[in-house]
Amino acid sequence: MAQHGDGVTAPEGDAVHGSAVTTALAVSHQTVESPGTAVVPTDPVINPGFPPHNPRMTDLYPEKAARAARQVAILFYISIIGSIFAVAAYVAFPIVPGDPGSIRINNALLGIGITLGLLGIGLGAVHWAKQLMREDESVELRHGTRGTDATREKAVEVFTLGNNESGIGRRSLIRNSLIGALVLTPVPAVALFRDLAPAANPVPLLQHTMWKKGTRLTRDPDGTAVKATDVTLGSAFHIIPEGLNDREDALEQKAKAAVLLMRLRPEDLHVSEARKGWNYEGIVAYSKICTHVGCPVALYEQQTHHLLCPCHQSQFDITHEAKVIFGPARRPLPQLPITIDSEGYLVAQSDFHEPVGPDFWEREL
Amino acid sequence: MTTTETPKTVLAPTRGARFTGAAANYIDERTSISGLVKELGRKIFPDHWSFMLGEVALYSFIVILLTGTFLTFFFQASMADVTYAGSYIPLKGVDMSAAMNSTLNISFDIRGGLLMRQVHHWAALLFVASIGLHMLRIYFTGAFRKPRELNWLIGFVLFVLAMAEGFTGYSLPDDLLSGNGLRIIDGLVKGLPVIGTWTSYLLFGGEFPGTAIVGRLYTLHILLLPAILVAALGIHLVLLVINKHTQFAGPGKTNDNVVGVPIMPVFAAKAGGFFFIVFGVIVLIASFFTINPIWTYGPYDPSPVSAGTQPDWYIGFADGALRLVPSDWGFMIGPWTFSLNIVAPVLVLGLFIVAVAIYPFIEGWVTGDKREHHIADRPRNAPTRTAIGAAGVTFYAVLWAAASSDLIATHFGLTIEGVITTLQYLLIFGPIVAYLVTKRICLGLMKKDREIALHGYESGRIVRLPGGEYIEVHEQLSDYERWRLISYDDYKPLMLRPDAKGRISVTERLRAAMSNWFFEDRIAPVTRAELEQAHHSGHGAIEAAPESEPAQLH
Ligand code: FES
Repeated sequence: MAQHGDGVTAPEGDAVHGSAVTTALAVSHQTVESPGTAVVPTDPVINPGFPPHNPRMTDLYPEKAARAARQVAILFYISIIGSIFAVAAYVAFPIVPGDPGSIRINNALLGIGITLGLLGIGLGAVHWAKQLMREDESVELRHGTRGTDATREKAVEVFTLGNNESGIGRRSLIRNSLIGALVLTPVPAVALFRDLAPAANPVPLLQHTMWKKGTRLTRDPDGTAVKATDVTLGSAFHIIPEGLNDREDALEQKAKAAVLLMRLRPEDLHVSEARKGWNYEGIVAYSKICTHVGCPVALYEQQTHHLLCPCHQSQFDITHEAKVIFGPARRPLPQLPITIDSEGYLVAQSDFHEPVGPDFWEREL
Repeated sequence: MTTTETPKTVLAPTRGARFTGAAANYIDERTSISGLVKELGRKIFPDHWSFMLGEVALYSFIVILLTGTFLTFFFQASMADVTYAGSYIPLKGVDMSAAMNSTLNISFDIRGGLLMRQVHHWAALLFVASIGLHMLRIYFTGAFRKPRELNWLIGFVLFVLAMAEGFTGYSLPDDLLSGNGLRIIDGLVKGLPVIGTWTSYLLFGGEFPGTAIVGRLYTLHILLLPAILVAALGIHLVLLVINKHTQFAGPGKTNDNVVGVPIMPVFAAKAGGFFFIVFGVIVLIASFFTINPIWTYGPYDPSPVSAGTQPDWYIGFADGALRLVPSDWGFMIGPWTFSLNIVAPVLVLGLFIVAVAIYPFIEGWVTGDKREHHIADRPRNAPTRTAIGAAGVTFYAVLWAAASSDLIATHFGLTIEGVITTLQYLLIFGPIVAYLVTKRICLGLMKKDREIALHGYESGRIVRLPGGEYIEVHEQLSDYERWRLISYDDYKPLMLRPDAKGRISVTERLRAAMSNWFFEDRIAPVTRAELEQAHHSGHGAIEAAPESEPAQLH
């Protein structure tokens, strides 16, 4: 343990201050620690010691001190008034259901009361300390942080005795088996964490969504089906699969299956060979879940046909099968192949042909 | 507890004093607390405004604990589906989780609930901010040097814990914004090689968002993280007492003393009063400034967009790092996806944070200085350290700005592409420029200090000499003023010397290279001989006498 010196209060005379400093310096010359590459000055300027102390107004004039004392008391009284005011406001200004104004008033008045209650004490105490408590600086000597040699020897002795009396150093069989046992005890705890999640393997879950052949495209959030004729040129719809709202795991499914539906002029679409027939007369459906880290991508710029993700500003070009044209995302948004059913409603031809949403290790694409 | 300091002249004790004495006696006979009071009661604390930053952090943490406890009495950490029926009309009848529902009830149906929520949130923002500023103060004044390296490390842990507390707390109400934040975490975790998918799956208890995450984060937020935080904070403060506080160089102050005010009563009054001031100011802010109005966002839903929303400020640097990755960073390793657009920012941030944590050990290794340092440096007197710090701050600031790239673009009418590209360049070149400029400034200031210490400062007073020549009078500093300018540690670059076997190891070469980098431009402190010479030669200027002669030392 480090030894702490008793507080040394600086006396008034400068000469004594000076001697305190020089003894302190003398102590520093005894330190044995290496200074490394520090340059230890051979001809240092000498520390001039403490400057003379300037008394405060309150030290010189008793009436100023009395005034400061009154101010401190007034601040404490303000605190008392504030606390009482807060309780009064709590009672007198209840929250009226449906009236946001009453909440604002309750919040503000209660807050002001508590603020006064706190600031009164705080400012009063600081004012007291600054104006009336003894303010000249005191000095305390530091000692090296390390324990004294004697203390350290004693500590070493404790360890030696512990070792000798238990024999932990000698009896390697006991020691090593104990280490082995200690290393293994946490393993069951790690195993226990497996059931933080259900038994199913997450990878297939991530590879599929609710969409399958014939699932109608319905509006988010009310779930009404969309006819191809509803989708006018330049419009965009937020889409969920039919039946999503009735599911227990609606949020989990929505987090994968949300889709954005847009109609472009067919000649604006650059469709690759494999995706011929995935759009219906220029109506295209793309996953709304950003391939970066999964925010909903739903800022659609009609003129340029760009989709912008609000989270990290990835941009996808719908005319080029949602390829990334800017930002940290690295994969296009997956496209949902669509067509219409016999009643003219838009339906999916199948699930997405690749996992939606953020990258993951086992994604395989 | 005045038992240890009996006044010399014994007056008849008043009733109050008798009671205090008896109470102190009662406690001491059962706890031997008088030893602690004797040891600590008159400990000296140096005074400087920048030493209060750590205090602000401590006090805002206490405010967080108090208000947080109140909030736990009403908050329900459950994602069970409920239909809102409270007094906020626009959300009446909306399905939401019990967590969101109870948060709305705290805000709209419990008197003072909104105030407590807002005090809690504002205090949390202040907590992280004050820790950050406190760390900058420690860094730029070199207060992390021996014997305080371990306390720097503990403080660093506290900073990380504070951010973790902030993020877990932000996620609890289960509103649209916090859900979106969790979605980003989910995507981030999933992008980690090998372990990502399973980590996310276990964390969320199934597929995102699941019904487990709020309850789990709640346990972290109010039990596990605070327990570690309080323990680390305790050690931090105990080490502060053992190491005693640093102080700035000043007349009479040495590496072997502490100059300041005693704990009892002045420091206790100032610090205790300051606690109430910090608390009061937070309450005042919370009374008038809304924070995190979850009712305008609504419950979490994976589909609606929320453009222009911002995470709490301390998460910004991580969000910014994600934004600055160029397109198409990633590749396949056989059947596996390696998402460099996730891994790169995670690695960069990880390295940055580790560099912050271990900096004291690096500097200690480079200087090889094993002495204890209790005098805080003025930043200019350690030019390389200060320049490295400025580079780090710039790096952080660019990441932080990147988190608002969209707002910057819309606010100043710029393209988002232009803003991001500019920030990408700034992230690399900004720190380099900041380093070079800061180092120049520091060296310039040191030179100027040296000039002033030796020759005084220009007084602006022009005098005509008998010879007809005009000169400006240089006003000399008093010895006290000069001492502040000239007392600092000076290091020189390491000279490579072969060891006993006549070899020079690689680590030693590295150390020499770093030492050279740190200390090649050094400006040595003024020596006594130089000072005397400067005073006697006069340099053609008339030197006014110092204003006050210092007392003669022996
Ligand atoms: S989540 Fe879309 S850009 Fe990051």
